[in-house]
Amino acid sequence: MKYKLGTMAVAAMMAASPVLADLVFPSMSYRTGPYAAGGIPFADGYADYFTMLNARDGGIGGVMTSVPECETAYNTEKGVECYESLKDTGGLVYQPLSTGITYQLIPKTTADDIPMHTMGYGRTSAKNGEVFTHTFNYPANYWNGASGAINYLLKENAGDLKGKKIALVYHNSAYGKEPIRTLTELGAKLGFELLEVPVDHPGQEQKSQWLQIRRDKPDYVIMYGWGVMNQVAVQEAANIRFPMENFIGIWWSGSENDVLAAGDAANGYKALTFHGVGKDFPVFADIQKYVVDAGKAAGAGDQIGTVLYNRGLYAAMLAAEAAKTAQGIHGVAQITPGQMRDGMEALEMTEEKMAALGLPNFGPSFKVSCQNHGGDGLVGVTQWDATAKTWSLISEFAATDKDLIDGLIAEDSAAYAAENNIEAGCK
Amino acid sequence: MNEQLAFTIEVFANGLMAGVLYALVALGFVLIYKASGIFNYAQGVMALFAAMTLVGIQNGQVPFAHLINAIFGTDVHKFGWHVHSFLAILLTVGVMILLAWAVQRFVFRHLVGQEPIILFMATIGLAYFLEGVADLMWGSELKALDVCAAEGACLPQGMNMWLEGTTYEAFGYGFFIDNLDIVASIIAALLVAGLVMFAQYTKQGRAMRAVADDHQAALSVGVSLNFIWILVWSLAGFVALVAGIMWGAKSGVQFSLSLIALKALPVLMLGGFTSIPGAIVGGLIIGVGEKLFEFLIGAPFLGGATENWFAYMLALLFLVFRPQGLFGEKIIERV
Repeated sequence: MKYKLGTMAVAAMMAASPVLADLVFPSMSYRTGPYAAGGIPFADGYADYFTMLNARDGGIGGVMTSVPECETAYNTEKGVECYESLKDTGGLVYQPLSTGITYQLIPKTTADDIPMHTMGYGRTSAKNGEVFTHTFNYPANYWNGASGAINYLLKENAGDLKGKKIALVYHNSAYGKEPIRTLTELGAKLGFELLEVPVDHPGQEQKSQWLQIRRDKPDYVIMYGWGVMNQVAVQEAANIRFPMENFIGIWWSGSENDVLAAGDAANGYKALTFHGVGKDFPVFADIQKYVVDAGKAAGAGDQIGTVLYNRGLYAAMLAAEAAKTAQGIHGVAQITPGQMRDGMEALEMTEEKMAALGLPNFGPSFKVSCQNHGGDGLVGVTQWDATAKTWSLISEFAATDKDLIDGLIAEDSAAYAAENNIEAGCK
Repeated sequence: MNEQLAFTIEVFANGLMAGVLYALVALGFVLIYKASGIFNYAQGVMALFAAMTLVGIQNGQVPFAHLINAIFGTDVHKFGWHVHSFLAILLTVGVMILLAWAVQRFVFRHLVGQEPIILFMATIGLAYFLEGVADLMWGSELKALDVCAAEGACLPQGMNMWLEGTTYEAFGYGFFIDNLDIVASIIAALLVAGLVMFAQYTKQGRAMRAVADDHQAALSVGVSLNFIWILVWSLAGFVALVAGIMWGAKSGVQFSLSLIALKALPVLMLGGFTSIPGAIVGGLIIGVGEKLFEFLIGAPFLGGATENWFAYMLALLFLVFRPQGLFGEKIIERV
C-alpha cells in the first residue's frame, strides 16, 4: 500500500511539474492593466506558434517546447520579478516587451549568460553586439523606424523634403524621445523642419497638442505612441481633419486597437512595420488546424491575424529558428541559454526559409552577427482600411539610413561601454 | 482678428470644454465625500467598470465568459444579440446600483466609525478588486463605444462645422470645438441641474443633505444612514457611467480609462471636496489654466507637455491660500 501511495505521489509530482527536458521559451506577458489590449494578442501569438510546433513537428529538433507565462502588467518592477522567477524554468530567451524592463535586464541577462530579444523596442544601441553581448533587437529598431518613415515620405515627395514641416507626436518618455536625435539629424540633412509635440502619460487628453498641430499646419505627422495615447491621437487627428494618409505611426502605434475606436475617421492612417499583416499566409492554416481547432489556443482564438498577434507569432518563429540554429552549431537538441545566444548571433533569415515556414514575404531577410545584433533594419509601411477593418502592406521592406544610424549606435554604445567598464569585442 | 488673439480664444474655449470633462469625473468624488467623508479612490475604476459593463451589455457579451469556459470546458462568448443603447444604459445603472449595495453591505457597513484613513485604504482595495472583477467579467480587450439613440444618431465626434464656419465669417479664423465636448457640456449641465434639484426637492435628496451636514443629527430624526450611503454610491456610480461614456467615446473602453481619476484630483483640490458647483468651477479653471499655460508658455518655452504638472501646481497655489478649496466648507476644529 505504502509503495502504491509512493508511486502515485511521484507520478503526481511528475505530472504537475514542468518537464525539464523541454525547450523553454518564457513569455513575459501583460494581460492585465492599462496596456492589456496590446499585451494579450502578442502573448497569444507567441504561445500559439510553439503549441503548433509541438503538435505539428514534435517540437524543435525532436524536443518539445514549453511557454511558461509570467504577468508583468507592463510594470518594470514586476517584469524584473518575472525574469527572476522564470529563470528557474531554464528559459532560453526572454522577450520583456517593455523598454523599461529591458533596461533593467540588460546587465542581469549578461551576467546570467541568458539572451534577451527586444524586437522593435528597448535600447536601440543594443544593435552593437560587441557591447551588448546578450541583447538582440533584430530585425529593426526605433531609429530604423524614424529613418524608414522619412524614406517613405521622400518617396512620396519625389525625393525632396526641403521646406516640409514634419511634426513628431511622441509619448513623453524615454521611448517616445528615441527618434528625436535621428529625425533632427535627418532634418538637417534633408532640409525639413521638425516640430516636436510631446504628450504626457497616459495621453488621454491631447487637445492642446492637436490644436498646436492645427495651428502649425505640418505636412506630415509621425507618432511614437503607446496604449491609449494612440487611440486618442488618431481620434483627435480626425477631429481636426488632418489628412490620415499623412499621419504615420511607429509599429507600436499601428495595431487594430489604435484605429478601431475612431471608426471610419481612421481610414487611411499609416503605420510602420517590420513584419507582415493579415492572415493570408500558409502558417495560419496550421495554426487553425493544430491549435485553434484542437482547442489549444492561448486565448479565445479571435486575435489570429491581428497586427500584434502576428508580431508575437513572428517573435516566436525567430526564437524557434534561433534555437534550431543553436542545435545545429552545438550538435545537441537540448540546448542551454548560452548556446541559444550563439544561435541568435548566427541567425540568418532568408526568403526561402520564411517561405518554407509558411510565412512567405512575412518579414525582411536579415543576418545577425556578433557586430550586428539588430539585423538590417528594413522597414515597411502599412495602411488601415476602415471599411474592411484590415491593415495592408503598401510598401516593400525598405532599407533605412544605415550610415546615420550606425554612427548614432556607435556613439551611444561606446558611452554605455565606458559607463559600465565593458571591453567591447566578440565572445 | 489678430491671429494670436484668435488662437488664444480657441485654446480658452477648448480649455473650458476639457474642464467640463474633468468636472464630470470630479463630481463622483464630491458626492461620496460630501455624504460620507470617504475619499473614493475607486471612482476612476468605477468609470471604467461602468463603461465596460455598458459595452458588454450592448454587444451581448457573456459576463465571466473566460471563467465559465475554463471551469466548464464550454466555448461561450456572446449571447448573439445587440442591446439598444438606452436599454443598455438602464441595465448598467442597475448594475451600478447593485455594486453600490454590495460596497455598502460588504465593506463600509463594517467600517462605520473608523478613521478616514482606514476608509480611504478600503477604497484603494476596492479599486483593485473592481479592476480585477471588470477584467474577469468583460475581458481586457479594447472595445469601441457607440452610444446611439437610433441608427446613425450616435454620440457625435469631430469638429463642429457650424461653429467653424460662423467664426470664420466673423473673425477670419474658424474656431475648433469638438462636437463630443459640446455634448459633454450639455450633459454635464443637465447632470448638475438634476443633482441639485434632487438634493433640493426630493425627500431622499433632503435626507442626503442632512446626512452630509451631520450624521448623528440625521440619524436621530430617523434617516437611514445605510440607505443614504447606498443612494450616494449609486449616484456616484451613475456619474461614473456618464464620465466613462464621454471619455470612452474618445479613446475606446480600455483599462487606462481608470486613470482619468488623475485628472479629477487637481479639480477637487481647487474646487473643494464638498461642493458640486466647486467641482464644475474647479474643472473649468483647471481646464482653461492648463491649456492656456501650455499654449502661451509650455509649448513655446518649456518644450511642451506641461499640462499634467501645471494642473497640480495651480491647485497647490489655491490650496496655499484656501486649504478647503474655492467652494469647500471651512474646517473649524475646537480643542
